[in-house]
Amino acid sequence: MFESEFFLTYVAPPLWMLGQSVLLLVLLLVFVAYILYADRKIFAAVQMRRGPNVVGPWGLLQSFADLLKFVIKEPIIPSGANKGVFLLAPLVAGVLALSAWAVVPIADGWAVADPNLGLLFVFAISSLEVYGIIMGGWASNSKYPFLASLRSAAQMVSYEVSIGFVIITVLLCVGSLNLTDVVNSQADGLGTRIGLPVNSFLDWHWLALFPMFIVFFISAIAETNRPPFDLPEAESELVAGHMVEYSSTPFLLFFLGEFVAICLMCALTTILFLGGWLPPIDIAPFNWIHGSVWFVLKGLFVFFCMAMVRSIVPRYRYDQLMRLGWKVFLPLSLFMVFATAFVLQIMGWA
Amino acid sequence: MSVIALFFYLFATVTVASAFMVIASRNPVHSVLFLILAFFNASGLFMLMGAEFLALILIVVYVGAVAVLFLFVVMMLDVDFAELREGFLQYLPIGGIIGAVLAIELILVLGSYTIDPGDAQTAVQPIPDLAETSNIKAIGDLLYTRYIFFFQLSGLVLLVAMIGAIVLTLSHRDDVKRQNISDQVNRNSKDAVTLRGVKSGEGI
Repeated sequence: MFESEFFLTYVAPPLWMLGQSVLLLVLLLVFVAYILYADRKIFAAVQMRRGPNVVGPWGLLQSFADLLKFVIKEPIIPSGANKGVFLLAPLVAGVLALSAWAVVPIADGWAVADPNLGLLFVFAISSLEVYGIIMGGWASNSKYPFLASLRSAAQMVSYEVSIGFVIITVLLCVGSLNLTDVVNSQADGLGTRIGLPVNSFLDWHWLALFPMFIVFFISAIAETNRPPFDLPEAESELVAGHMVEYSSTPFLLFFLGEFVAICLMCALTTILFLGGWLPPIDIAPFNWIHGSVWFVLKGLFVFFCMAMVRSIVPRYRYDQLMRLGWKVFLPLSLFMVFATAFVLQIMGWA
Repeated sequence: MSVIALFFYLFATVTVASAFMVIASRNPVHSVLFLILAFFNASGLFMLMGAEFLALILIVVYVGAVAVLFLFVVMMLDVDFAELREGFLQYLPIGGIIGAVLAIELILVLGSYTIDPGDAQTAVQPIPDLAETSNIKAIGDLLYTRYIFFFQLSGLVLLVAMIGAIVLTLSHRDDVKRQNISDQVNRNSKDAVTLRGVKSGEGI
């Protein structure tokens, strides 16, 4: 049976892909559980608190206890809510955030799918994530969620523009939208061009495209609604924004989607600017370690920076947020697109 | 039966069904959500044809930006549906004319294709082999050489539309205080704070 053509063309590849996807999802969800824990621990450490420390040794099982608590609670649907859309919204938020991970390469060749336009796919999915918030905010039929959905629609559309331009500058340097190509092209870059003997972290795009690295980092925080740009769920004014009316598993899905999106943005920063799975210096002890380890370490570094920003910087006001997006980042990234194209053409590196 | 055909019928059915629901559903927000579903499945159809770039751009531009603004506007509207449905029949003539024009155009296109299948080949550039060149390169090669004037013209139209939108919404008000960030950043303690020795009972 296993040698038949039908099995080899129609049954085996989907099963193989399903297996890979399930493995990726399980690893990702466990990772997200500990990212959540790390986030709370870092936040606590900055405020000189101890953070979660009761469930399990050093509180390591806190996220799983929270998961259990969310799942066994009663889901409450407000009587005025639009029931279908109300339940669809958290599903959209959760599923979209997870689906973008299908194209993320953890190490060379370690991706469920590696399409030609992987970068554009991730960009498209992240531009859809706003729907979870808008639908949830509208369907709750309440003031605070509605205000949150209006804010988040404006915020995410604004910052997508600068993320798009950042992706274009990277595309100009790489010449391909394939995520594996993006990483491999960073193996030799600015560092080797100025005459360094080995490939090192100076070759990666963060140095050559430094302003874009900063723009992308800040836009990634804004795009995932993390503090200081967490206006859609500003606790002090909107209680919890689009999530006010949600409880139990639907709330869990929103929360999960948010953190998976944050992990995705960390991974994307790593791929676009920090050389993905490449070792920081391509010499003996460093290149013995497998690429996936470097990838995770770099992703964690970016996440640590985001967590520090969250605990240190006060929340932006709405008009300041819009000003930063449209009057600072948009002209800067537009200029960088032209400057990058100019330099590449003049130096003949294109 | 190939898998591609299966997916084609799946996407096509959902596209048509959700397009029907856009006009059939009573709640305008549901209409927009069905419109988004229709866009999504149309991009799935593009993807099946191997036009990955068009498929993803359709999602980024239409679903990610345009439909968000649709939803934004529709959610803000306070429409009285009973009143809206009263004058429904008075739009029948103009709606009928538009429908008829679209139907005739579709018949013309499909009819010319049926009469002379080779005709379609003369109008378009040959599609390059997907193995040789990538999707974006193929579109870029055509768009920036053969159709450069149309490209620039559409850019100009968009620019005019953008300037128009800005002019319509630009209103300068003198009675509102605005934040000037560069002023704030450039302030320092020297010119912001002055120390004065004030004698008691006198004031400044």
